[in-house]
Amino acid sequence: MSASLEQTGFDIARIRADFPILSQTVHGKKLVFLDSGASAQKPRAVIDAMVRSMETRYANVHRGLHWLSERASDDYEAARDKVAAFLNAAREEIVFVRNATEGINLVAATFGRSALQPGDAVVVSEMEHHANLVPWQMLRDSHGIDLRIVRITDTGELDFADLERQFADGRVRLLAITHMSNVLGTYTPVERLAAFAHERGARLLLDGAQAVVHRAVDVRAIDADFYVFSGHKLYGPSGIGVLFGKRELLDAMPPFLGGGDMIRSVSYEKSTWAEPPYRFEAGTPAIVEAVGLAAAIDYVNAIGFPAIAAHERALTDHALATLDAIDGIHVVGRAQDRGGVVAFTMDGVHAHDVATLLDKQGIAVRAGHHCAEPLTHRLGLDSTARATFGVYTTMEEIDALAKGLRRVQQVFGG
Amino acid sequence: MSDAADVGDLYQRLIMDRARAPLHAGRPAAFDAEAEGDNPMCGDRVQLRLSCSGGAIGEVWHETRGCAICIASADLMADAVTGRTRTAANELAGAFETMVASGAVPDREDFTELRALSGVHEYRSRHRCATLPWQALRAALTKTMETGHGG
Repeated sequence: MSASLEQTGFDIARIRADFPILSQTVHGKKLVFLDSGASAQKPRAVIDAMVRSMETRYANVHRGLHWLSERASDDYEAARDKVAAFLNAAREEIVFVRNATEGINLVAATFGRSALQPGDAVVVSEMEHHANLVPWQMLRDSHGIDLRIVRITDTGELDFADLERQFADGRVRLLAITHMSNVLGTYTPVERLAAFAHERGARLLLDGAQAVVHRAVDVRAIDADFYVFSGHKLYGPSGIGVLFGKRELLDAMPPFLGGGDMIRSVSYEKSTWAEPPYRFEAGTPAIVEAVGLAAAIDYVNAIGFPAIAAHERALTDHALATLDAIDGIHVVGRAQDRGGVVAFTMDGVHAHDVATLLDKQGIAVRAGHHCAEPLTHRLGLDSTARATFGVYTTMEEIDALAKGLRRVQQVFGG
Repeated sequence: MSDAADVGDLYQRLIMDRARAPLHAGRPAAFDAEAEGDNPMCGDRVQLRLSCSGGAIGEVWHETRGCAICIASADLMADAVTGRTRTAANELAGAFETMVASGAVPDREDFTELRALSGVHEYRSRHRCATLPWQALRAALTKTMETGHGG
């Protein structure tokens, strides 16, 4: 571990001890988990918080007049406060959803159908996860918006000249862009994108599913209009995610789903809607999962984002240098500002075969198009293998990956 | 290296040979039926074309974009179904799919080479790689029935 990491107090052994699953063996080999970008493992603190919630403080929220319901409601709303502080937002601007995907779908279905008129344009990039492409295609087909795709450069960065062209006719009302590519590892220049969009009368939605794990996110400093992320990539549980929306935007948006909890008054004839964020949280929410997410935020805050970012930087540098040194391995994405998502190809070997042969050695990576099929084709590829890093990832695990890849090459006669 | 042999037990020589240099890859000028097998989860695609003569499958060609398992399975399948009637080819497809699902190698002569793929059973996420060409075969055989070809 580098000196700079020691100075930040980053104790990798202690962190790894916090994650019970990491001590397992797989196929008789020490587990090397390099698939945190798909979903991260859970620290003991998150597991315990959820168990405690179910064992001692669980009932439905916002309804009961009894002690347990008050405790559960307190915990659920405390989780909202925690997320609000995490993003530097107000609590009224934090909507709990199932995941980042649902957050984007919510914006497409509500903001998209109320603030956007047929003929208005939405711009996404070539490097979006399907979650930030398909909902806009659906809105295009049902509501008549124009969907435009801004190009990326061959190094995997946004092409600002093309972005200018996409905005040239003044019809763009929303720029919906990833904060960090789940294939290329590219961080997008979000403050610049916000200024760019706002100067041209458009709003900015950021898909933070990957980025929020690696960097402190301040939606005020960015001046984002919408920001979404998933709990499960941030060492929290699946089934809980977050949509941040600026207060005035949420205020003007119609509900997403109808049902309990999202209403002000209901009669047989008509209903009126609750204020945000409750307007967008129909039905019993993910109560225990919200508690788990709050514990996950406490966990990463305790480590601190300066230390997390430095650790990730060191891992990424080591991974790029190590993989580049192997003949026949080609890392995809060479952005200046890139993080701990490293996708690659191996000459003569399909990514699925790479992943299976690594799995036999206890090394978990993802292979395929990573829910970014158009991007994979844009790169001229059918599939890639992908290693992604978390707070618990070690330099030795990257070395194990490199060794594992050389064995794959041996099996394939390289 | 024993470790390499250990991690590579799925990838037997026959599979590697057929994946590197398939004998039935390509697109013929003329054919009687064609069908595709797609796996949207991973992007694998098999395009299958076959000719029919005298109520039996004459020749099979495949264009496979996928992993070693998928390519080898398509190629070994082409060997195995050539000369069979539609009914016999469908029966073989069923026996192959059963082998992948169960891991048990059927005690029959026409599995001498197909048995190389029985190891896929251990890798649930890869079953589809092995069965995708056979799914395309079933679709192509259905088309031969519609067009009056095949037995």
